[in-house]
Amino acid sequence: MSESVPMPGALLAADGVPLKARLARQRRLRQLKAVLLVLPLMLFLLLTFLLPIGALLTRSVDNPEVAAVLPQTGRALAGWDGRALPGDDAFLALAQDLARAKEEKTVPELAKRLNMEEPGFRSLLQKTARKMPLAAGEAPKAALLDIDERWGELPYWRAIARNGHTVTPYYLLSALDMQQGADGTPELKAEEERAFLSIFGRTLWMSFWVTVWCLLLGYPLAYWLSQLPARRSNLLMILVLLPFWTSVLVRVAAWIVLLQREGLINSALMALGLTDAPLELAFNRVGVYIAMVHILLPFVILPAYSVMKSIPPSYMRAAISLGDHPFAAFWKIYFPQTVSGVAAGALLVFIMCIGYYITPALLGSPEEQMVSYYVAFYTNVTINWGMAAALGTLLLVATLLLYAVYQRLVGSDKLSLG
Amino acid sequence: MLPAYASLPEKAWFWLFRIFNVLVLLFLVSPLFAIVPLSFSADSFLVYPIRAFSLRWYEAFLTDGEWTRALMNSFIVAPAATLIATVLGTLASVGLASREFPAKSLLMGILVSPMVVPVVIVGVGAYLFFAPLGLTGSYLGLVLVHAALGVPFVVITVSATLAGFNTNLIRASASMGAGPLTTFMKVVMPLVAPGIISGALFAFATSFDEVVVTLFLAAPEQMTLPRQMFGGIKENISPAIAAAATILILFSVALLLTLEWLRGRAERMRTRKA
Repeated sequence: MSESVPMPGALLAADGVPLKARLARQRRLRQLKAVLLVLPLMLFLLLTFLLPIGALLTRSVDNPEVAAVLPQTGRALAGWDGRALPGDDAFLALAQDLARAKEEKTVPELAKRLNMEEPGFRSLLQKTARKMPLAAGEAPKAALLDIDERWGELPYWRAIARNGHTVTPYYLLSALDMQQGADGTPELKAEEERAFLSIFGRTLWMSFWVTVWCLLLGYPLAYWLSQLPARRSNLLMILVLLPFWTSVLVRVAAWIVLLQREGLINSALMALGLTDAPLELAFNRVGVYIAMVHILLPFVILPAYSVMKSIPPSYMRAAISLGDHPFAAFWKIYFPQTVSGVAAGALLVFIMCIGYYITPALLGSPEEQMVSYYVAFYTNVTINWGMAAALGTLLLVATLLLYAVYQRLVGSDKLSLG
Repeated sequence: MLPAYASLPEKAWFWLFRIFNVLVLLFLVSPLFAIVPLSFSADSFLVYPIRAFSLRWYEAFLTDGEWTRALMNSFIVAPAATLIATVLGTLASVGLASREFPAKSLLMGILVSPMVVPVVIVGVGAYLFFAPLGLTGSYLGLVLVHAALGVPFVVITVSATLAGFNTNLIRASASMGAGPLTTFMKVVMPLVAPGIISGALFAFATSFDEVVVTLFLAAPEQMTLPRQMFGGIKENISPAIAAAATILILFSVALLLTLEWLRGRAERMRTRKA
């Protein structure tokens, strides 16, 4: 297009090409250069961050066991309606699959998976597999029912039929305290079997209170610091920044020292005669709240301070000189100008809270553990990847939703640190 | 300051407000001041009062193979992760600073996301993804993920510095005959360097303080200092931990002073310009 005959009067670059075309080319070149500069980091994050998270997400629906170990049974149950016992072909397929599984030593992983769906399945499978293969000519249905009459019960067959696919909603539903009912639709589990909803609730509840405390302590301090002369506020700011830069582990250790039964706070309270017996401050919710507020407080103070610094003092002075009470002036004039900045800081604190692991793990009792703890628990202790991944997925979804709100509020290019 | 004609409620409010804020500041620093003296205690328990002072816990820290190895590992992993995060993050920030960048805010959102995604998720994901590649239980795997966690800090600080950079300076330099390299070294670098350095310090601190990913990825040979402390606090909390904590606090003081110095320097350059 740059070869086209220039319109009379169009501006030309030194080499005769229309200036517009030259500029457009320059612009594309600059764009290409910019993309090339960002590309290495994008590739790096893809490999070290995005794909690992993808691996976690796929694990939450990954369901290889039944499809791999009981392929024939899966096919035989494909058109089964789940209302009456399946036909002879399904029993035969199951016997053949189990015989092969016994040979290939894949029964334990199958048993572990199906036992999650239907308690008792582990023993049923182990018992049945031991008797495999069936003698030639033996009727499979009668033989299996003879080994264990539970093969005549529908829930066991339904569990196999449900898991014929390599993808399952089981883990994600379990993480929400739900299960697939007899007809396959999700339903809430019985009251006494629920566990995770209350953990999610606890996570949000604790994060909420930590955020509230951070605001209650941080807002006045940020206001005070922003009103002080620069020299003094810079000096006092160091007291905020020093803990901010100190390792979280150090701070948790220090809080244990302060809060434990023989700790400084208890000795001080007893020396002052305020209490006779040491208070329980560590390894319960009080301790977790104190340490988390301590760790996250600077994340409210720093953005609040920078917002407050940018508000000209003349507004308040004007309001007061026009007859407003200082408190009213503060509430009507000053406070509204700080809301968006402070809210962004508070939201960031909340986002960080819901992913907390270290502090509750070291300073809390089992009653204080949040979702992250259970992700680690299912990974390290029970080695139930599906459950760990499902809890992680839900936690990630919650985090990203809040992060999207945060970006709306702040704009990612306006993020700043301290 | 309070004017002399302030009424009694005004005075009361003024002092209440001050006392409240001083208490909050005390709350922020008291843990640090509480743990440091205990590292000099001769006792085997982390309790006050300190009956006798000694350096035995520093000796224990510096002669115990596990602690010294952890310290060494931290000084291997953190600088390596910082280097990767700083180089890649700075290049990307320069690219993002271009006005014509497509889908800029989306990209920025992705680059900053390692800061908000819960570390447990990063740790488990990295374990799942790295295990088949043989990268678990290796320094390389640990360094790569720590670098990813440090990237947002570099991108944020460098981008902020670049946003305040006056591109006319590059044109001015070029118009006076300086080549691109000279312009970069003599004009761009001195103005942008504080942003890069503070981003690098953030990235360093992130890796140096990282426990959770290390918990999932590191074999005993790659135990870092925070990981060692995590184990120590969980099992039995001894004054050796106070010694390690004191060393780390000194370290953060050094980091903070460097940052404050950088900030002051940047401010002076800005005011000189004005």
